[in-house]
Amino acid sequence: MGRIKQVIDKTKRQTMLSILSIVFAFIANGKTITVGQNKQCKTIHQAIKIAATFDTIEIHEGLYKEGNIVVNKSLYIKGINKPVLDGEKKFEIISVKSNYTTIDGLIVQHSGYATLDDPGGIKVYDAHHVNIINNTLSDNFFGIYIQYGQHCIIKNNNIEAFGVEEQQIGNGIHCWKSDSLQIIGNKITGHRDGIYFEFVKGSIIWRNISYKNIRYGLHFMFSNDDAYIGNIFKNNGAGVSVMFTKNVKMINNYFSDNWGDAAYGLLLKEISDAYIFNNRFLSNTSGIYMEGTSRIKVENNSFNNNGWGMKIQASCMENNIINNNFKNNTFDISTNGSLVLNVFNKNYWDKYEGYDLNKDNIGDVAYHPLSLFSIIVENNASVMLLYQSFFAMLLDKSEKVIPSLTPTNFIDEQPLMHPILL
Amino acid sequence: MNRLIKFVVLDMIKNRTILGYTLLLAIFSWSVFGLEDNATKGVLTLLNIMLLIVPLVSIIFSTIYIYNSSEFIDLMVSQPVKRSKIWTSLFIGLSISQILAFVVGVGIPLLLFAPLNIALSMISVGCIVSIIFIAIAFLACAITHDKSKGIGVSIMLWLYFALLFDGLVLFLLFQFADYPIEHIMIGITMLSPIDMARILILLQLNVSALLGHTGAIFTDFFGTIIGTFISTFVLCLWAIIPFYLSLRMFNKKDL
Repeated sequence: MGRIKQVIDKTKRQTMLSILSIVFAFIANGKTITVGQNKQCKTIHQAIKIAATFDTIEIHEGLYKEGNIVVNKSLYIKGINKPVLDGEKKFEIISVKSNYTTIDGLIVQHSGYATLDDPGGIKVYDAHHVNIINNTLSDNFFGIYIQYGQHCIIKNNNIEAFGVEEQQIGNGIHCWKSDSLQIIGNKITGHRDGIYFEFVKGSIIWRNISYKNIRYGLHFMFSNDDAYIGNIFKNNGAGVSVMFTKNVKMINNYFSDNWGDAAYGLLLKEISDAYIFNNRFLSNTSGIYMEGTSRIKVENNSFNNNGWGMKIQASCMENNIINNNFKNNTFDISTNGSLVLNVFNKNYWDKYEGYDLNKDNIGDVAYHPLSLFSIIVENNASVMLLYQSFFAMLLDKSEKVIPSLTPTNFIDEQPLMHPILL
Repeated sequence: MNRLIKFVVLDMIKNRTILGYTLLLAIFSWSVFGLEDNATKGVLTLLNIMLLIVPLVSIIFSTIYIYNSSEFIDLMVSQPVKRSKIWTSLFIGLSISQILAFVVGVGIPLLLFAPLNIALSMISVGCIVSIIFIAIAFLACAITHDKSKGIGVSIMLWLYFALLFDGLVLFLLFQFADYPIEHIMIGITMLSPIDMARILILLQLNVSALLGHTGAIFTDFFGTIIGTFISTFVLCLWAIIPFYLSLRMFNKKDL
């Protein structure tokens, strides 16, 4: 009992302390240094030099070509009327090396290009509590680059680049070995990957729009315990890819028009314990492509107008695909083996032709979502030459009547008669 | 010759079968676009129907028509008209009427619902396919004198192009799965006008991304000016060669 009281007391003390620190932060207001043509400082370099910790630097309208700006104190750097910081295609523009720094309302453009040290428009080195908000980043090699960052917030930035080739351009928001990041409401286009996560833990990606990037809209590698919610990934070269990761939650996202030879709405490779809920997959070559995934729950998603709704390789196991809508896809499902270790249940398939005598909205006949033609194509991709031919149609029809070549246990036991309202 | 063509065309327009064919195509096309909210899906369904029905009707109807007009042909041969002129006018007359039926039945809804470039290529491919199968019907008629045999040959030829050839392709693809046969497949596809027509249209639709690697090779070939020229040329050959053979046979034939 006494121990519990002790713990409660400790928590109380901590809460009091943090409230106090916030109050102090307000009272202990730093001074404001202005930068501009007729202002206190002419250059940003000078302003940072004279600033003390927790001061505010106000950068006024104008074009600043100052090479690399290193922020090595905890500062609040605020742009007034969108000042432009230009890297002249030679320098990394802002390097943040201090904790508790905010960068707000700047236009950062034309960073240098170097493949060895990856210069970014704004790059954070080994710092925590850095906020990057309301900036416009244009034509940079990397947009925002977080390296060893913790508790950073990247919010409402507009990031655009004009990349043509994968090798020539970096990522929009690149996060490496970081923890507890919040990436909210950014708009990213024209980079290699819109958002890139490698070794990032406990972070959230919320309400971003990532479109027309050269490779992936969002790219996860070795990043456990993250969530992305309510994002739009549209028209990216290869869609979204989540690889080698545990415990990712993907909720309310919109994957559309990722159309092309090797494009996927969502590519899952070697991931486990993910939860995919209430997403929309529209007009992708493959809605979801799964390889080596386990214990994934795919629930309440809608798959419309895709080439393949889901491609589930035989290396996937213990995945649950429940309560999804499959409409207007060329192939709803395809797989490359006869081993089926996944569960399909209570999905709506527009190609289902069964009946429902007791009117409980669950079809009385199990549904085989695999068409013979899709299996043949999976074994020999060139057979796609016969797509839409009378011959392929006949093959499918005969297989539907007497399934012999498709795995017989690849079935939805309780297919729904009507689509789920999503 | 012009008078002969005019006579055949007028005779065909009065023919109930052609009217029924036009109506059938029209009902199919209108209902396809009425049911599908997605234009691409509509085009695909229509393509399927088109590549099945158009060759069938063209080949069977033409065969029957030629056999039925054997008395008319006999009469014409007794007049001072060249045999080749009679045969050619029959061919042109039949082609014109079938194309008319196709354009009225399928062309109008296509132009209304599908994107213009796809509609135009569908119409031209449909017309060429009609002509090709009329030419094949002429060949079947020239080969045998017997009506039932001729119709049998026509049906077999249709079945071969519509179904058996694809089976053969599937067989080849699996036998040579370990070899890079994509380029050879372009050549093999040219051996069947139906397959070629289907792939030409598919490559223009955005579903071509589904064709993967093979599709990319085909796009590389058919996408170029030379490729387009070659494919059009091959389709024309498919109409010209069977007709030319039939013409030679008809010229020497003992009626």
